[in-house]
Amino acid sequence: MSAFPPRRKPPRVGDAPLFRRALIGVVLLLVALVIVAPLVIIGVEAFAKGWAVYRDTIVHPDTLHAVMLTVLAALIAVPINTAFGIAAAWAITKFDFRLKRFLLVVIEIPFSVSPIVAGVAYLFVYGLQGILGPLLDAYDIKILFAIPGIIIASMFVTAPFVARELIPLMQAQGRDLEEAATSLGASGFRTFLSVTLPNVKWALLYGVILCNARVMGEFGAVSVVSGNIRGQTNTLPLHIELLYHDYQTTGAFAAASILALIAVFTIIAKVALERQGAGRVRKTANPAEKTS
Amino acid sequence: MTKGGGGSVILHRRISFRRLLPIKGTDRVRRRNVLPGLPLSLGVTLFYVGLIVVLPLAALVFKAASLGPEDYWRIVSSPRAVASYRVTVLSALGATVFNLFFGLSLAWVITRYRFPGRRIVDAVVDLPFALPTAVAGIALTALFANNGWFGSVLESYGIKVAYTPLGIMIAMCFTSLPFIVRTVQPVLEDLDPALEEAAQSLGGSDWAIFTKVILPLLAPALLAGVSLSFARCLGEFGAIIFIAGNLPMSTEITALLIFIRLEEYDYQAAAAIASVLLLTAFLMLAVTNWLQARALRYTARG
Amino acid sequence: MKIRLENVVKTFETFRAVKDVSLDIESGELVALLGPSGSGKTTILRMVAGLEFADGGHIYFGDQDATDIPVRDRGVGFVFQHYALFPHMTVAQNIAFGMKVSKVKREKAAIDIRVTELLRLVRLEGLGDRFPAQISGGQRQRVALARALAVDPKVLLLDEPFGALDANVRRDLRRWLREIHSELGITTLFVTHDQEEALDLADRVVILKDGQIIQQGTPEAVCRDPQSAFVMKFLGDANVIAADVRDGRAYAGDVSVEATGVTDGKAELYARPSDLDWSAEGPGIAATISRVLDRADGRRVLATTGAGEALEFDVEPERVVKAGEAGFVTLRRAKVFAV
Repeated sequence: MSAFPPRRKPPRVGDAPLFRRALIGVVLLLVALVIVAPLVIIGVEAFAKGWAVYRDTIVHPDTLHAVMLTVLAALIAVPINTAFGIAAAWAITKFDFRLKRFLLVVIEIPFSVSPIVAGVAYLFVYGLQGILGPLLDAYDIKILFAIPGIIIASMFVTAPFVARELIPLMQAQGRDLEEAATSLGASGFRTFLSVTLPNVKWALLYGVILCNARVMGEFGAVSVVSGNIRGQTNTLPLHIELLYHDYQTTGAFAAASILALIAVFTIIAKVALERQGAGRVRKTANPAEKTS
Repeated sequence: MTKGGGGSVILHRRISFRRLLPIKGTDRVRRRNVLPGLPLSLGVTLFYVGLIVVLPLAALVFKAASLGPEDYWRIVSSPRAVASYRVTVLSALGATVFNLFFGLSLAWVITRYRFPGRRIVDAVVDLPFALPTAVAGIALTALFANNGWFGSVLESYGIKVAYTPLGIMIAMCFTSLPFIVRTVQPVLEDLDPALEEAAQSLGGSDWAIFTKVILPLLAPALLAGVSLSFARCLGEFGAIIFIAGNLPMSTEITALLIFIRLEEYDYQAAAAIASVLLLTAFLMLAVTNWLQARALRYTARG
Repeated sequence: MKIRLENVVKTFETFRAVKDVSLDIESGELVALLGPSGSGKTTILRMVAGLEFADGGHIYFGDQDATDIPVRDRGVGFVFQHYALFPHMTVAQNIAFGMKVSKVKREKAAIDIRVTELLRLVRLEGLGDRFPAQISGGQRQRVALARALAVDPKVLLLDEPFGALDANVRRDLRRWLREIHSELGITTLFVTHDQEEALDLADRVVILKDGQIIQQGTPEAVCRDPQSAFVMKFLGDANVIAADVRDGRAYAGDVSVEATGVTDGKAELYARPSDLDWSAEGPGIAATISRVLDRADGRRVLATTGAGEALEFDVEPERVVKAGEAGFVTLRRAKVFAV
């Protein structure tokens, strides 16, 4: 292989200059209109009435309470889903068992199911008319229309996030490294901590960040189970809806800007983590296999 | 010597039903595992999936089933429900078709061309995933309202977007776009250039090579992306309710109808209609798996 | 450590990978498991390591039944086909890993000394701080070996140890592994599909086909006395000539060879290219030369017999032979197997 690739390469399919430019142009225009414009207008609307109004909305007790609740939900749901994701990825990629593919499909169900359906489903478990409802009521445990309901619904929606980042990567890396560690006498936890984890840490972090973004932004499932009690069970997305329907558009956008910032941060983190090799399964999973 | 691998990475959702059958032909099976941790990790996984995913969905199905066939049918086939299916499915179809072309072009442009800002475009593709749906909903409404940036322009051509089915479609397009881009992109990146070169050496035109060589290779990923995108459109709620007019019979999506039934404390109706969405989601999963299995026939060995 | 496999069986899904294999490996012996892909050789190796569990039968280490001992506690050194070096650890950290995780606690200084020792043994002094991605394939192979040896294994197991390397590197490492083996005297079992590698390196070669041992013995024994057409063909180039067996002799053309114990009727003669020669006159098998290939170490002749069989044999480089020339192929020696 030459160190200096030839400057001119024969054209590949779709490299005709006119076609190329036209396609890039159309795609860029659509990206600007469909994806970038919504982000821009959040900022524009949030500051439409100036900085003072923006600040007042943000520091309003209801907004702050919504922020706190959103953070709380993330602090509980994300670690639990991370633990689950790691356990699922370990079981699925390091072992063979019957119904494994079926389990994979079940894990991904939350991706295909409408958040509203998820919310309704939880009503029929924990609600008064649900299977556990009477029992919970007898002990005066409130799950629905309270914080636990919000957290559980968020957990449903984001259950697959960590697992789905880890599984393809750990699948591609195979079991050789773990087998090598075990043959050298390492225990299961030791093998996971010192051999598996260092090789999937960026993918894991990426899954955690995505999971977090989704927990904080979840709307449909949470709006069913939260009861929308202002100042009590309102997460940030629900608070946005409330303000919006109260015709406090600027306030709604101000609150939305917080979530938009988290989204932008998530994307930046994603790009940074992908540079570290996360999010994308490398062709040779074990870099040591590549011939320099 | 090694046992068959796990199959394609993005397409790992295929189910092989043969695997579900008991293993025959072993006299004395001592199935044990070399690596530690299966009982713990599988136990945690099954417990969590059971509690968080399977239990509520089973409860929903149980609730819907307890209605009895006649009541169930009456609710799910009521004119308002049927109208909501129509607007949801048609909008989802429209959005998915648009995203099929847009998403494929976007993935193509990002992987095949080098131009300033390419990495930024690549990064912002994920924005619809990262942006909460409610935020996307109010942002799109602000853009397409008749006094908004785009709405006012379109209004002068007589096109109304906000509070019409078109608005529903746009919200669906926004939230489901990354599915197609992100499933097609890795396959496009890994496409062996030698295949194109071979086709070129055989005298194929660009169009012929694209349709006869590249597209068939992308097909499984495209199918996966399309079905994920379509499923997401069917279930989308947050982004749509702000921009849709939410008028019964015309701009009321199924997810919203469920929500309204809940607010009316008509839990049975909510359960019945939700079960329709749930079954549709399962059907989509099954169809996807089947289509992918078909599309990947040539990768099967032996 | 002596190893004994007793009627070992292993099945994957419905595929019977290893069928009733029994094998004894003497203490300090260097044994090759040789066979084509799918012959079960890697599965056997992994069962000895404890990386797979046998479905039936027993594996003994010395007098101890090791069948159910998990790999962690079995005390084997395993060198993986693609080395399985931990990519995020340096060469030294890779080698030290087994000592660090061991139940027997060791001083850090003692580990460092052992690592240095092993680096010297595998001739990688000074490369301890490199990462696996920063060294060559042959070096990685040696790191993998050092890592396996670091835990003082009772048995050393190598899965296609040189499979991923260039031919030159492969030959060097082969000699070197042999030296290490004589130095340490550790019972060693390795898997290969390359007959040359097996014959060069091993004290004893075990040839496998379809999950069964079909022949085993010293390189000399298996080369000089292959007991089936499969072994004959698998160990090297072989010419096949149709023959008839009558009363303990096999006849082909004007020639005959001894075929004691082969039943009368149709049979095949197997001869190495060096077992044949070319002569202008009979007796022999009438043939016409179709091509002459010149090689660094001799001259290979391709000929076609009257019956249409393609034969290959070597003649001295000085010998003048031309394509189109008719003559006779003579036999120095051949093996006869019934069809």
